Amino acid sequence: MDAQTLTVSSQPTARAYVRATPAPSVPPPLATVGLLGWIRANLFPSVGSGVVTVLLSLSLIWITLPLIDFLIVDAVWTGSDRDACLATAERPVVGACWAYIGDRFAYVIYGSYPIAGRWRVDIFFAMLAFGTAWLLWLEAPRRDIGAIYFFAVLPVASFVLLHGLELIGLPVVDTALWGGITVTIVVAAVGIVVSLPIGVVLALGRRSKLPAVRLLSTLFIEFVRGVPLITVLFMASVMLPLFVPDSWSPDKLMRALVGVALFSSAYMAEVVRAGLQAMPKGQYEAAHALGLSYWQTLRLIILPQALKVTIPNIVNSYIALFKDTTLVFIVGIFDFLKTIEVARADPKWSTPVTSATGYIFAAFVYFACCYAMSRYATGIEKRLSAGEKR
Amino acid sequence: MSMSAGSATDACAVEITGLHKWFGEFHVLADINLKVGRGERIVICGPSGSGKSTLLRCINRLEDFQRGEIVVDGMLLTRDIRRVDAVRREVGMVFQHFNLFPHLTVLENCTLAPIQVRSMPKREAEERAMHFLERVKIPEQARKYPSQLSGGQQQRVAIARALCMSPKLMMFDEPTSALDPEMVKEVLDTMVALALDGMTMLVVTHEMTFARQVADRIVFMDAGQIIEINAPAPFFANPQHERTKLFLSQILH
Repeated sequence: MDAQTLTVSSQPTARAYVRATPAPSVPPPLATVGLLGWIRANLFPSVGSGVVTVLLSLSLIWITLPLIDFLIVDAVWTGSDRDACLATAERPVVGACWAYIGDRFAYVIYGSYPIAGRWRVDIFFAMLAFGTAWLLWLEAPRRDIGAIYFFAVLPVASFVLLHGLELIGLPVVDTALWGGITVTIVVAAVGIVVSLPIGVVLALGRRSKLPAVRLLSTLFIEFVRGVPLITVLFMASVMLPLFVPDSWSPDKLMRALVGVALFSSAYMAEVVRAGLQAMPKGQYEAAHALGLSYWQTLRLIILPQALKVTIPNIVNSYIALFKDTTLVFIVGIFDFLKTIEVARADPKWSTPVTSATGYIFAAFVYFACCYAMSRYATGIEKRLSAGEKR
Repeated sequence: MSMSAGSATDACAVEITGLHKWFGEFHVLADINLKVGRGERIVICGPSGSGKSTLLRCINRLEDFQRGEIVVDGMLLTRDIRRVDAVRREVGMVFQHFNLFPHLTVLENCTLAPIQVRSMPKREAEERAMHFLERVKIPEQARKYPSQLSGGQQQRVAIARALCMSPKLMMFDEPTSALDPEMVKEVLDTMVALALDGMTMLVVTHEMTFARQVADRIVFMDAGQIIEINAPAPFFANPQHERTKLFLSQILH
């Protein structure tokens, strides 16, 4: 824009203006693009920021190098007992004792599940992975069948596989023997699968026009959210037997599952409610004006949109839930972390580095699972926001 | 074809008698009496807050009312939800802010209600939807999502969506108020074409040119009451009530 145009626009009475030729399209100045431009703009924009960049880089190196030494360089990879991981004269520094993880790996995955029946757990893992991939891969064919498989077939099949059914010749394995990653995944999967539908129902209940429904939903949500998960688990394992007849006598794992499911449902309800509240009133009105009933409006118009905008928050709850499953060890269930605890105390592998190795391994596993969920949510979020801008 | 007032109930598309509505203490609609004949085009105008939109929204019961009677297409509106749904099936509504369903394509927006509410086979519903999208002159946008369309196109989709239910009455609630000036005409043209086809229409609008061109009668409202009802020519040339005169002097230059 030249000075003349400016004068004209600021003094409209001075002179009329008509553009004769279109403004040329000019590329942005070179100093702001490319790698050098980025480094200058983001890492060294001023002396102060440059100093901070250098200091942070140094401390990052200072933390990372010893970690690499411990985890990889000085680590012990093979061995059959504690002798492999003890410091000796020729090897004064010993890093992580991965040999111990390798030795106890099966225990960490299956717990005390009978060795002869572990193929059943493997099939369960495979079926779960298949169903999860089917649902999470948005372009997968027939995702409606996938949903039926995941929410109807899989739970029944998993129960039959893991618990057993004498009728078809699968011996029953008492849940007291289940353990390790198997239990962690069972607890997390039940929590994840059950909490969404119950959460949706509770969220709708809390927004209902019927006072009784609203009151009950609100009471349940606020009560469960108002107590720690440990308390819910204690209540589930101590109080549940009081409410159901003795002959039923739900086992320990079942009680913990109920506790986790109730707990996560209450949180999910609030997440879903936030999504429902974000829906403009006009969407309800347009649907009603077309003659759609309350349930049709919810199913076809409101929930698809509300759940879409809440996907990041839903996954966030799932991540929290996955980590919270570690608390079931309080009521005596051998989840993944508890098996690490037990293996850690094994005298056969008693060395100064055993505990650290066990906990680092546990941290890796939890981090890998949670980070995968988080990345998936981010990917979905990006796709959806791209969809909005289309 | 048009008539000034239906005499028998079944000759009326809508018959409103002694309607009162309150928002809390506030008396939004007071003593509304209005008969809309079949095929009649009525434009409702008046200052903002005069209750025009609320009146429309009472007719398909998006708003509750406390006293009075509304009969739509021979059906008395009650609180019974099945009755309400039955009325809503026969009354199409176009909103100021379009209210299209953003997660569905234009075509799906148009076929949803016929398939779900009228149990129409999908193929038939789609043929119908394409027919009406052609009538509002945007068949080429059928596979797009609402957010990819301009405001004027979105409003025309909203009109097509309502028409797909074959309504006996179409209600427009300030259909051009949220549009850029360049897009007002394409929507008004669509509405004029609809009027020429003999659709019964109730239109809340500030577009006086449209009112003059299309309306059989103009209803002027202020402070929740109907102040004056007249045919367009006498309404504009010779308004009777002081309030009407004031209003017209302010909007017509």
